[in-house]
Amino acid sequence: MKFTIMVNEGPYQHQSADSALQFARAVLAQGHEIFRVFFYHDGVNNGTRLSVPPADDRLIQKEWSELSKEHDLDLVICIAAAQRRGIMDEAEAKRQGLDADNIIEGFRISGLGQLIEGGIEADRTVVFGD
Amino acid sequence: MATKKFMFVNRKAPYGTAYALESLEVVLISAAFEQDVSLAFIDDGVYQITKGQDTTGIGQKNFSNTYKALGDYEVNKLYVEKESLEERGLTQDDLMDLVWEDEDDDWAEKPSIIMVSRSEMADVMAEQEVTLSF
Amino acid sequence: MAMLHIVNKSPFEKVSFRSCLNHAKAGDSILMIEDAAVGAIDGTSFSEKLKAAMADKTVYVLGGDLAARGLSEDRMIDGIKSVDYAGFVDLTVENETTQSWL
Repeated sequence: MKFTIMVNEGPYQHQSADSALQFARAVLAQGHEIFRVFFYHDGVNNGTRLSVPPADDRLIQKEWSELSKEHDLDLVICIAAAQRRGIMDEAEAKRQGLDADNIIEGFRISGLGQLIEGGIEADRTVVFGD
Repeated sequence: MATKKFMFVNRKAPYGTAYALESLEVVLISAAFEQDVSLAFIDDGVYQITKGQDTTGIGQKNFSNTYKALGDYEVNKLYVEKESLEERGLTQDDLMDLVWEDEDDDWAEKPSIIMVSRSEMADVMAEQEVTLSF
Repeated sequence: MAMLHIVNKSPFEKVSFRSCLNHAKAGDSILMIEDAAVGAIDGTSFSEKLKAAMADKTVYVLGGDLAARGLSEDRMIDGIKSVDYAGFVDLTVENETTQSWL
């Protein structure tokens, strides 16, 4: 079965960011397919590579990044929400005349249409948020 | 692309958090994808469509007019739960007059707000294929 | 069409859980995750309301969330089923749609 997962909260603030990651792992472990993971609202903060939690804590962004590499996941950050919160890839940072980008490998930035397409294409859409 | 029944569930008041504003952006995009779109306003979500919103005192943009534009995008099924209004001391008169123009009826202006009871809202929710909540 | 309702708010703090119970239909399933897990405990100001819903709906709790909050499964309302993340995925497959009561 094909899943789309929506993540509406950022890491460390709300457990839903952890829950979404655990759920995604379980979906893959059960042999299902993840069509797309869409990050919206503060959920876009799951895609920064500049987080430095204490050494004994989890690094959620890196866990998504590695899961993406392992399973060829499509991790999409909403561009409108990302621009508001300062999550940038190289092209977008350049376009906006900013001096840095901060997106972690495995994520891409795109429009809200990707969420709707995810809802249409997947058999199940599951939302994690506050 | 296939058409699915999408429902956007609004349960939070505007301005206190960004959920109402950003969910409205998703609704507009879903209309561009020509999906069968419904909105549900329950609990504090009913405050999103009250009339007379004035944000001059809080430094945020008033986005309530965007709800009035939904009809132009053929988003014209805005289900509002009577019990949620009543619990908050509100009636339909406290809500914006949201309408759409029916192309098949000589562009007659028709109400977009559909008042439903709690159990009718449950029925509408049960018919959906994709439910997004914010 | 059966629906899986996912609740993540404590019934003692927010109205989301009550709202979910007010809208879930007979034959639906309800899964408590994150802070909502505390709603699984018997003998609370909320437990009678949940028991009433269990007459025609099946209620599950994510076991890890209950344990994380220092609550053991033997304090759960009789009939609530504890699942892990694999069980969570199964519930989303068994029900045609899901709705998160954020």
